[in-house]
Amino acid sequence: MHLTHESDAFMTDLAEPLTPSARNASQGDGAPATSKKDWATDQEVRWCPGCGDYSILTAVQMLMPELAAKREDTVFVSGIGCSSRFPYYMNTYGMHSIHGRAPAIATGLAVSRPDLHVWVITGDGDALSIGGNHLLHALRRNVNLTIILFNNQIYGLTKGQYSPTSETGKVTKSTPFGSLDQPYNPVSLALGAEASFVARTHDMDRKHMMETFKAAYEHRGAALVEVYQNCNVFNDGAFEAILSKDARPNMLIPLRHGEAIRFGPQGEHGVVLEDGQAKVVEVAEVGEEALLVHDAHRVDPTLAFALSRLSTGVTSPTPIGVFRAVERPDYGSLVNTQVADARRAKGPGDLAKLLTSGPTWTVG
Amino acid sequence: MTDIKRSAVRVIDVDRAVIRFAGDSGDGMQLTGDRFTNSSALFGNDLSTLPDFPAEIRAPAGTLAGVSAFQVHISDHDILTPGDHPNVLVAMNPAALKANLADLHPSGTVIVNSDSFDERSLHKAGYAANPLVDGSLDGYTVFEVPMTSLTLEAVKPSGTKPRDAERSKNFFALGLISWLYARPQEPTLEWISQRFSKTPMVAEANTLAFKAGWNFGETAELFPNTYEVKPAPLPAGTYTNISGNTALAWGLIAAAQLAGLKLFLGSYPITPASDILHELSKHKNFDVTTVQAEDEIAGIGAAIGAAYGGALGVTTTSGPGVDLKTESIGLAVNLEIPLIIVDIQRGGPSTGLPTKTEQADLLQVIHGRHGEAPVPVVAARTPGDCFYAAIEAVRIAVKYRTPVFLLSDGYLANGAEPWPVPDVASLPKIDPNFATAPNHVDADGNESFWPYLRDSETLARPWAVPGTPGLTHRIGGLEKADGSGSVSYDPANHDLMSRVRVAKIAGISKDVAAAEVDDPSGDATLVVLGWGSTYGAIAAGARRVRQRGLKVAHIHLSHLHPFPANLGDLLRSYERVLVPELNLGQLVKLVRAEYLVDAKPLTKMYGKPFQAEEIETAILEALDQPVEP
Ligand SMILES: Cc1ncc(C[n+]2csc(CCOP(=O)(O)OP(=O)(O)O)c2C)c(N)n1
Ligand code: SF4
Ligand SMILES: [Mg+2]
Repeated sequence: MHLTHESDAFMTDLAEPLTPSARNASQGDGAPATSKKDWATDQEVRWCPGCGDYSILTAVQMLMPELAAKREDTVFVSGIGCSSRFPYYMNTYGMHSIHGRAPAIATGLAVSRPDLHVWVITGDGDALSIGGNHLLHALRRNVNLTIILFNNQIYGLTKGQYSPTSETGKVTKSTPFGSLDQPYNPVSLALGAEASFVARTHDMDRKHMMETFKAAYEHRGAALVEVYQNCNVFNDGAFEAILSKDARPNMLIPLRHGEAIRFGPQGEHGVVLEDGQAKVVEVAEVGEEALLVHDAHRVDPTLAFALSRLSTGVTSPTPIGVFRAVERPDYGSLVNTQVADARRAKGPGDLAKLLTSGPTWTVG
Repeated sequence: MTDIKRSAVRVIDVDRAVIRFAGDSGDGMQLTGDRFTNSSALFGNDLSTLPDFPAEIRAPAGTLAGVSAFQVHISDHDILTPGDHPNVLVAMNPAALKANLADLHPSGTVIVNSDSFDERSLHKAGYAANPLVDGSLDGYTVFEVPMTSLTLEAVKPSGTKPRDAERSKNFFALGLISWLYARPQEPTLEWISQRFSKTPMVAEANTLAFKAGWNFGETAELFPNTYEVKPAPLPAGTYTNISGNTALAWGLIAAAQLAGLKLFLGSYPITPASDILHELSKHKNFDVTTVQAEDEIAGIGAAIGAAYGGALGVTTTSGPGVDLKTESIGLAVNLEIPLIIVDIQRGGPSTGLPTKTEQADLLQVIHGRHGEAPVPVVAARTPGDCFYAAIEAVRIAVKYRTPVFLLSDGYLANGAEPWPVPDVASLPKIDPNFATAPNHVDADGNESFWPYLRDSETLARPWAVPGTPGLTHRIGGLEKADGSGSVSYDPANHDLMSRVRVAKIAGISKDVAAAEVDDPSGDATLVVLGWGSTYGAIAAGARRVRQRGLKVAHIHLSHLHPFPANLGDLLRSYERVLVPELNLGQLVKLVRAEYLVDAKPLTKMYGKPFQAEEIETAILEALDQPVEP
């Protein structure tokens, strides 16, 4: 089935690609050119040698000059976990907060300071266990945040317990007989919360990370990027089946807006929609016409969700890239518009008037 | 017309009166009490109120659990409490009578809606026999008024359907009591027409019911006299009638203006704190942002984020919410950023008594965090004082870069009093004193910013907000090195930082008003030490004792942590210290531990404020005096 035509009907009128939003305008012009090293701090980076977190840090530090961002207008807020040490290594404003609460803290900051660019750095335990509720609500409200979720499918900092994204049956210190819990898929979860921007990338491909982070950065509203990240100490090779050099061509399904979804060394595999379900097929068997054309801007999230269900674990072909990028007013703008409207309608608050706004009487 | 009729009854002057309106939760008693209070305020009485309602929005109708009451004390002189024993009890049904009769003054008056004393209602209230006929009300003056049927008859011209018409009976009761106490009609009539302007039929029904109640008093010749409570000679000024939660919300708005900061509230609804969220949400034009968060943790989290960004971050809650915010408060202690946590205390533990008052969170707010995590605590003492307590909490938070607990409780939150409106220009400014420039030079001569370089006097660290060029820095919950603020696991540094954080907060004791003692004779041997909402009851109890020619002193604390610097010496200058609290003895533990004084507790856990009489009795006992009325 070929869906481009149909989905166009649902599309909102989006600039293509999603342009840097107003919030970034101030950073764009007049920001002095920077290089990667301007964004690094003097703090010794303390992740284990070989940890995937290093490559994510590099990707972000390399991206910042490209974004023409200003260091003082950039804030990284994180929770707790190995991944959440990230802000210490970015020469910007930053807060390493408490476990799971970064989206809530970042919400207050982003709403009250729309002039800043606020990033949230979080892990699979931080974002999806203890902070699951805050993540959902930040996405639902569409708070203007760039959220990078380091998914290593393990609790790294606490030395290797299973996490809400660990595969069922995982043997860890806290599950010597295998975990019993069904994992969740962060992309599906975010789409369920009606996130306006949802993407996935991985720590083995700097270029893809930078592209994806950039798209997230330029999105106005809550942008969630799941990054498959190898924890070489407690969950080494978790993504081996899809991310090893040999596996990638056949196991990663790149999503590109407006293009038919196909992969394989020769593009021989593709994705179709069948009975509302996304399915991997051989292009030779179905013909190019039958392939699903990716439409990240489709308002209805059903197709994006179907794509997120293509792989149930990280052992079968897995989509990466931007699943969904739709325009929806961001929460901070709505909140601040209400404040501005109230000031316009009633005038700036007059305290003396407020204190006598109820029935009053005079003595003496 | 009116005057002629009025002259038929005797007008008795009284210096004060306590009236309690009681009915089913659905009977509108809070509104009735509120209206009576407002017209009394406009009339010029001093007053104090005590709303008392069940946790359920609509408990089963007619049951004791569903009784909602509103007590108001009006007087021609200055008063401090809502009164111990009502002179008049208005009971809209048998359950209301049963639940409230015990509090009535022995020579009190009962006015009942006799229409509701049918067998079914009596049974629901647990009456085996009708108290109106079985002699159980002997000794009281009882007026049986068929309020339901009179209301139905009166509102007929409005065209209201009988079922709806019945709902106006609280206005009948209000009209009757307004007549009995010679309250002006206009404020109530005006209020009705404004409040129900969108539903003219309801407005008319309520107006008719109110007038019918008034006229019934005048014409029924049931009541031998009416009462007159003259205006109180309050200090000159403009007054308004204010509840604690409104005063607190306004205090926060005022403080934000005084500091020139945007006010940011992150909150999750909870009784009895929600009204602050509601009130602040109305005033966005004061540059107020309110976010109703997904839970209490997110509420304080958002407030912390906003504070980090340079706003006045506030979160409002009650006990269960404080529990949830605890970890975040520890973060704010470690970040050393200004933050206000408002705790409107209610009965606990757990869900406890959500609509009742208590003071049992004191130790929690002072000590309830892991690690050495000192937080200043400010408590309001009257509804109007909530305004000033809020400003004081903000002053401390901003000056010392610290989270501050602001304590109120269910009694203050919902209670109201006439409040002299302050002159806005007289309120003290608050200086946020944001950092704007680097404060340190590195070994290699480069300027840099050290987020934990402290002011030598206050020990406060700089407040450098994102967006400020040259001051980028990272902070977090991990221990940081003195000065530079870099993560530090050095044992000696942790010892130092722990002591400095505690010393910073302890130092506030020198920067708050000294504790004042109310000791008119100057040679009392007993001092009563109170805090928060017990102020009125303690002050009134002490007055009563003094009227007997005895001596007693009273100290009332607004700063619970740290204590004012002079408190220890003050307490030690008395032979005996009595500490009344609506908990099982919390402040008393603190002063014993801090000052080694043999303070004695007076505790109560009824979910209700102290009565002046209870304080009076306890003082008399402490003075080894006979307790006679
Ligand atoms: C309230 C609280 N509970 C538990 C912890 C302990 N803890 C720290 S990080 C962590 C899990 C981190 O896992 P994840 O978010 O996946 O981060 P990673 O270390 O894998 O990057 C836990 C349980 C804590 N710091 N705070
Ligand atoms: S424990 Fe794992 S996730 Fe944490 S730093 Fe080491 S390798 Fe990275
Ligand atoms: Mg993890």
